[in-house]
Amino acid sequence: MTDPYTLVVVTAGIGDPSSTRMLADRAAQRTRDLVARRGGEVTVQVVDLRELAAEVTTALTANHVGDRLRLAIEALGRADGVIAATPVYKAAPSGLFSSFFQVLDNDLLIGKPVVLAATAGTARHSLVVDEQLRSLFGFLRTLVAPTSLFAAPEDWADPGLNKRVDRAVLELVLLMESGFARQVRDESWHSYQHEFGSAGGTELSIDLNSDMMRLAAGGTVPD
Amino acid sequence: MQFGVFSVSDITRDPVSGHTPSEAERIDAVVQIAKKTEEVGLDVFAIGEHHNPPFFSSAPTTLLAFIAAATERLILTTSTTLITTNDPVRIAEEYAMLQHLSKGRMDLMLGRGNTAPVYPWFGQDIRQSLPLALENYNLLHRLWREDVLDWEGKFRTPLQGFTSTPRPLDDVPPFVWHGSIRTPEIAEQAAYYGDGFFANHIFWPKEHYMRLIKFYRQRYAHHGHGTEQQAIVGLGGQAYIARRSQDAIKEFRPYFNEAPVYGHGPAMEDFMRQTPLSVGSPQEVIDKTLTFREHFGDYQRQLFLIDHAGLPLKTVLDQLELLGGEVVPTLRKELAARRDPQVPDAPTHTARVRAKYGELVPRQPRPNANRGDNVTGGSPYQDSDQVAQAAQPGN
Repeated sequence: MTDPYTLVVVTAGIGDPSSTRMLADRAAQRTRDLVARRGGEVTVQVVDLRELAAEVTTALTANHVGDRLRLAIEALGRADGVIAATPVYKAAPSGLFSSFFQVLDNDLLIGKPVVLAATAGTARHSLVVDEQLRSLFGFLRTLVAPTSLFAAPEDWADPGLNKRVDRAVLELVLLMESGFARQVRDESWHSYQHEFGSAGGTELSIDLNSDMMRLAAGGTVPD
Repeated sequence: MQFGVFSVSDITRDPVSGHTPSEAERIDAVVQIAKKTEEVGLDVFAIGEHHNPPFFSSAPTTLLAFIAAATERLILTTSTTLITTNDPVRIAEEYAMLQHLSKGRMDLMLGRGNTAPVYPWFGQDIRQSLPLALENYNLLHRLWREDVLDWEGKFRTPLQGFTSTPRPLDDVPPFVWHGSIRTPEIAEQAAYYGDGFFANHIFWPKEHYMRLIKFYRQRYAHHGHGTEQQAIVGLGGQAYIARRSQDAIKEFRPYFNEAPVYGHGPAMEDFMRQTPLSVGSPQEVIDKTLTFREHFGDYQRQLFLIDHAGLPLKTVLDQLELLGGEVVPTLRKELAARRDPQVPDAPTHTARVRAKYGELVPRQPRPNANRGDNVTGGSPYQDSDQVAQAAQPGN
C-alpha cells in the first residue's frame, strides 16, 4: 500500500450550501471512491476561499501573506491533485478565485493534475471554464484534466453531470497515478522559473555556478 | 552594536490631521530628526534615495553632508543608495567626498530599486537590474581601491586610466552594506567582498530574512573573511512606542491603516504578530527586538523606521526620546550580555583605519602637478608605485 494521495479542493463558492462546493465535493468523493476501488487511499483537504477572502486581498495589495492563506499554500504545495471550483460571475470566474491563484508563486503547482470546475446560473456560461480557467492553469504549468466540469441549474437533475464527473475523476486519478508531477519536478525542476523562497517558501536551492553568481563574486557579465 | 533610525523620505499626508507637509517642511524635519537621533544617544541615521514624488531624497550625500556638519558623533548612511541607476563613478566620487567632510562618520547601503519607470529616466532597464547592480558594484569596489583604473564592462562606458577623486579618506574605502530581501546573488556579493548585509525586515515574516542571512553568513565564511558568526549583519525594524501599550496601539493605528505599501491591508495586530513591527510600551519593544538576535544571531546594526506614513515631526521626536532614552539603553545592555565575544563590532572608519595601518600614519594621497589626464604616464599621486602604468586604449 502506497502513501495516500493528497487531494486539495479549492472552492470559491459563497452560498451555504454552495453549488460550487457541492460540485467540487462530488468530484472529491468520487475520486476517493475510485482510488479506493483501485486499492489506494485519498486524503482530501478543502480550501474554502470565502474564509480566506480578506487574506487574499491583503496578499494582493500589501504583499502580506496571513496565517490561513499560508496554510492553504502549504496544502497546495503538498497536493498530488487539485480540484479547483468557482462560480461564474459576469461571464468570468469569481474574482476571489482568480485573485487566490494570482497570489500563488508561479512555481507552486508545476505539473500537478487539476480538474477544473465551475457553476453558473445559466448554461450560457458553460465555456468560461474551458476558455478562461484553462489559460490561468496553463500559466501555472499545471496538468489540466481533459474533461472539465460545469453545472448550470438544469445539470443538477441530469445524470449526464455524474458521467462527466466520473470521466474527469478517472482522468485525475490516472494523472496522479502516473507520477507525472513528481517526475517533472525530479528531473526538470531547475528548467522552470523560480525565485529564492518561491514555491510557497520551499524553493531554497541556490546555483552557485550561475552567470549571476560568478558576476557577484567579482566576475564579468557574459555576452 | 549600533542603533539608529532609517527613513525612506516619504512625504505622506498625516491621516489624523489631514496635513501633507511641503517638501520644504519635510526636508527641514528630517534634519531635525537626524540631529535628535544623535542627541538621544543613538548611533546611526540613514536616508533612502528616490527619484519620484512623494519622496524628497534624490540627493542623499548633500543631505548627509549637511547633517554631518550639524552633528558630532552620528554615523550617516543610506537606505539605500541605488547601485543600478546611479553611475558607479558618481557614487565613488560623491560618497568619498561625504567621507572626507564627515571625517569618516559615514558608510552606505546599496540597493537595486524596484520601481520600473525610474530605470529609463537614467538610461537603464529594470530587466537588467541584477547584472547591472552586480557589475556596478564590482566597479565601485575597484574605484575606491585603485588609484588608476582601467575597466570595461557590459553596462557602462569603459574607463581608461581613470582616477576617482577624492581618494577615500585615509585611503580606506567607505564601508558598504548590501541591502536585499530576496536575492541570493546580492548576499553572495556582500559575502565575497566581506561587506555587510542588511535586511530591511519590515514587510515580510522573519523566516524570509532568516534564509538569506544564513546564506550570507555561510558564504562570508566560505570566502575567508571569518566565521559565520563574524559576518556583518544589519537589520531594519519598525516600532511605535508609548509609555502605555494601549496608547501606542491607539496612536499608531491610523498611521498603520493608511501607511504606504502595507496600509489598507492587514489588521495591525496581525501585522505585529507576523512581522517585526512592534507597537507598544518600551518594554514590549525591547522584548520584541531581543527576539531578532535569537532568529538571526549576533548582529551589528539595528535601524528602526520611525518617521514614515505621515507621522508628524513632534511625534517622531517624541518617539526618538523614548527609543534613545528607554529602549536602546536596555537593548545595549541585554545584547552585550548575550553577545558571543568572537563577534566583531559594527565597522567604523576609525576601526578600519586601525585595521589597515596599525600604529602607522594613514596614507594621504597628494596629487602630482596637473597634466590634464590620467592616461599618459603613471599614477597621478606622488607616493604611488610608478610601475602601475595605465594601459593605453587598444593595447
